[in-house]
Amino acid sequence: MHGNRTGAKPESEMRRQMMAVLAHAPSSRLAGLWRDAGFDVAAEPVRGPETGLVTVRGRIGGGGAAFNVGEATVTRATVRLASGEVGHSYALGRDQDKARIAATIDALWQKPELRPRLEDLILSPLRLERDVNAARRAAEVAATKVDFFTMVRGED
Amino acid sequence: MYVAVKGGEAAIENAHSLLADRRRGDRAVPALRLDQIVEQLALGVDRIMAEGSLYDRELAGLALKQSRGDMIEAIFLVRAYRTTLPRFGYTRPLDTAAMAIDRRVSATYKDLPGGQLLGPTFDYTHRLLDPALAGDELAKAPAQREADPAPMPRVSDLLGDEGLIEADGAVPAGKPVADITREPLEFPLERDARLQALARGDEGFLLALAYSTQRGYARTHPVVGEIRIGEAELELDVPELDFPVPLGTIRVTECQMVNQFKGSAKVPPQFTRGYGLVFGQSERKAMAMALCDRALRASEFGEDIVAPAQDEEFVISHADNVQATGFVEHLKLPHYVDFQAELDLVRRMRTEFESGLGEDERREAAE
Repeated sequence: MHGNRTGAKPESEMRRQMMAVLAHAPSSRLAGLWRDAGFDVAAEPVRGPETGLVTVRGRIGGGGAAFNVGEATVTRATVRLASGEVGHSYALGRDQDKARIAATIDALWQKPELRPRLEDLILSPLRLERDVNAARRAAEVAATKVDFFTMVRGED
Repeated sequence: MYVAVKGGEAAIENAHSLLADRRRGDRAVPALRLDQIVEQLALGVDRIMAEGSLYDRELAGLALKQSRGDMIEAIFLVRAYRTTLPRFGYTRPLDTAAMAIDRRVSATYKDLPGGQLLGPTFDYTHRLLDPALAGDELAKAPAQREADPAPMPRVSDLLGDEGLIEADGAVPAGKPVADITREPLEFPLERDARLQALARGDEGFLLALAYSTQRGYARTHPVVGEIRIGEAELELDVPELDFPVPLGTIRVTECQMVNQFKGSAKVPPQFTRGYGLVFGQSERKAMAMALCDRALRASEFGEDIVAPAQDEEFVISHADNVQATGFVEHLKLPHYVDFQAELDLVRRMRTEFESGLGEDERREAAE
């Protein structure tokens, strides 16, 4: 679905994918990885963390005109590092610790020299766990796929 | 003269602590944890999210616990909570064709790309109570099989390629997307507003109306083109970032109902459609929504409006169970003064009736 968006700059596409990993991360897992990674960083809160609503949209018939389905809770945060980088985070749910940590990681990620460490210690494990989970779920659902067979009746 | 009467404060306070006590029940029984509710009463939680119109599993679980399992009370709690939060914006429309599928079935095609995936369904169970579930028996790990990585196109797109089915719904160009939580309802509605109202509408009410269309009250000859349940990605455009920010995934149920043909001098005969999209796993609600959506499109297709399910104002005005319960349940609030006035009135009418009775009888006898 993502990956081959037209017009997206590679840098912002990379950032978008990184933010997707953080948004999907279970809060306690993200907090654990963040703590263990041991980044020594003072991030000043600029906005939030704050919890609010987004209105979820669908499309009539699946692909037609947009309509509003309902709302969902979202928590967001913005932080600034002493060196000036501003990080943002948005994720479904009401977890404000997760929002703060994710915004800090987004700010750190903007320093290219930190990316390999962030990738190794936080992003890569989260991505791997998400992929493993998704593959397991898909395999469990695949086992419920109906294999039709035809009974031959009578003689010809 | 208006006389304010106060009282009952102590009674109300004590009633609420009695409620808290009864809600907790026998203290020898462990209290329910929210994660237990969310994990093990997941479809109840989904219904609260759908009709409470707020996707947040833990809040819905809390509401279910607080309401002692009363679904409409829980939905009411969730609706009240959402009014306390600021609004960050509207997401990009979710792409149901790209969802991670948990279940996908079609009644129109046996062999469709991606296949029929039954998923975690009650279908084909024998509906026999399972005594094993009374205990804490460990559930067996589900079977696995290599998943087919091929995409699963929506069935409506398969038929659409041949032009045999109407296109996905459009609304007049340039019109902003209706939001019934922001603007009061004005009939007639566009389909977007109607679908928003149906998505949060009461499952039981919509189910009954949907059933009525099958029994001949606005027959639409439906068949399930496709039901899919799964996780869809949400994205939000925000001013501080030059790309749509990913928010995570939500579980939704989508129903594509395929209905019998319409055509005109200009348009060749083709299948028509009804659409359902609901938070969580709820195919009964999604199917009922799709049937009601199609029935409510009667005037669009020049059909006679002869049945309740086709009457937009009737359906949409009565589908919201929070509104409905508010108006029905307000009848138990003090109506002492109104009732006193009515008592006086009926006494006066009775007196008039009794004094007039003799005259009427004499007149009848004379005639």
